[in-house]
Amino acid sequence: MAVAAVAGQPDESPDPRPVLELRGIGKEFGAIRALHGVDLEIFPGEVVGLMGDNGAGKSTLVKIVAGNFAPSHGEMRFAGEAVRFNRPVDARAVGIEVVYQDLALADNLTAAANVFLGRELKRKFGPFSLLDHKAMAARSLELFGELRSETLPHNLVRQMSGGQRQAVAIARTRLSNARLVMMDEPTAAISVRQVEQVLGLIHRLKEQGIAVMLISHRMPDVFAVADRVVVMRRGEKRADKAIGDTSPEEVTALITGAKEAA
Amino acid sequence: MTVPMESPVSYANVGRARWWRRGFFASQTGYVTLALLILVLVMHFASPYFLTEGNIQNVAKNFSFIAIATLGATFVIITGGIDLSVGSMMCFAAMIMSMVMTALSTPGEPGASWFVHLAADGKTVVANVPGLILAVSVLCGLGTALIVGLINGFCVAVLGLSPFVTTLGMLSIVRGLAYVASNGRGSFPGGPDADILYALTSGDLYGLPAPFIYLVILALLMAVVLHHTSFGRHVFAIGGNEKAAEQTGVEVVKVKIAVYVICALAAGLQGIIICGWLGSAPANMATSYELNVIAAAVIGGANLAGGIGGPLGAIVGCVLLEVIRNGLVLAQVNSYWQQTLVGVIIILAVLVDRLRSRLA
Repeated sequence: MAVAAVAGQPDESPDPRPVLELRGIGKEFGAIRALHGVDLEIFPGEVVGLMGDNGAGKSTLVKIVAGNFAPSHGEMRFAGEAVRFNRPVDARAVGIEVVYQDLALADNLTAAANVFLGRELKRKFGPFSLLDHKAMAARSLELFGELRSETLPHNLVRQMSGGQRQAVAIARTRLSNARLVMMDEPTAAISVRQVEQVLGLIHRLKEQGIAVMLISHRMPDVFAVADRVVVMRRGEKRADKAIGDTSPEEVTALITGAKEAA
Repeated sequence: MTVPMESPVSYANVGRARWWRRGFFASQTGYVTLALLILVLVMHFASPYFLTEGNIQNVAKNFSFIAIATLGATFVIITGGIDLSVGSMMCFAAMIMSMVMTALSTPGEPGASWFVHLAADGKTVVANVPGLILAVSVLCGLGTALIVGLINGFCVAVLGLSPFVTTLGMLSIVRGLAYVASNGRGSFPGGPDADILYALTSGDLYGLPAPFIYLVILALLMAVVLHHTSFGRHVFAIGGNEKAAEQTGVEVVKVKIAVYVICALAAGLQGIIICGWLGSAPANMATSYELNVIAAAVIGGANLAGGIGGPLGAIVGCVLLEVIRNGLVLAQVNSYWQQTLVGVIIILAVLVDRLRSRLA
């Protein structure tokens, strides 16, 4: 289990290099200090639960990593290289994918169309390039298979269950060989059985060596799937513990402020 | 790890719907096409003239006069926008085309010497290259449409103005410019190329009216663009969930500008075709045609909320409107009923689709 290692020190996990490394990240919006001095490391194949109350700075942190806006302070390293994102496309280019809370799916399109939205596969016909429907359907089916979801590529997203929608949104992150997937409240609005499916999907990503940052309010989900839990409060990181070394009670206390730090 | 990872994944609630419950057959376009076929049958029994060759040609020509603009407007409607300026655009593009054509054909006007010369009798105007004036003037008309489309698109996509308000303003601006340009009198295509224009717009090929041929070609092109290019896919995605399109890297601004440009160009072309058929571009030409165009698109199944629509629906909507108009005339019903009936059909078409989605 990779517990936050001090920078530069070797770690005993198989790949000692963190995929994402944050050093002293801070962000101000005018006079409001949304984030302050956040250090964080995530290793390949590791699932980190990011927890905190509303306004604790979780989404600000996610948005910085996703390239929605640049940090005011601190440095960000991805796969060992210093990075600075100006747009979400920049973050995606290096291998950071985000599964948004609302999943960013177009209801009127098929599963395959959504998976490939914005990066459609095309075939050249003389000067024209037309969509390669077959290749996209085949690749989507493969991805749904990897995720063990029985979603069919030609089904309309409008007709899908919450779990299937999650599968479509997650399959999208698998197109580009992402190395870090951040999931914003993936289990917030779906049924109990579907939650199990989604946690399964997260486990599939982990198996493939992908680092996952799971932003969630739901304690049982985080404890079921995460290797490590990071607690944010008032824009600061208050705890960063392996899941075995902590308990839901302690995390709750950290979130509410009953316990200052751990 | 407490999650049973190997639990079999199964969804009993999804499967492939039967063929009559998906795609075309389960769409509003499908129902309206069915209604149209029934209407045609009824008309056939009600009037022996309805299915005569002459009347069919007449109907085909008439619906082609709004259907090309409807194809363009359908692009905008699929993205969840609307373009109210199509009627004015038809008029303005036709007028610019017609004025340029007349000016280039008049010896003595600036630039005209490149295109025409006087014949030996000193009176007859002869084109240096037949068709060149027509080509240049049509390009000027379409160029005007392009500029108007770019302005519409810029206001909607970049400035974030509401499509309804932007294009309502543009409806007035463009109509006003048409009156200003011709001083309210309208314009007549003149010169040696006018006959080519008439032949290309009101002529026919193997009995098929020329506008109908253009319509079919453009509709096929539109079907390919919508369903087999990434641009078309993005048009649907923006209509379905604009924020999602943005987040997944679709160039929303570019696509939105493009659909307003396509719409304006289609309206401009439509105006030029109507002008060729009328033989003039009066300043009040195509007034309130935007309502027919939007009505036809909506009847044919385009959803004003965005995300749904296509060329077949646009054409079926136009045909239905024209068949009703034509049928009322043949049945010797007071033609003022037409508008009332069109309104009823719009509401019925949307109502049937609503009921269907409730039942499904």
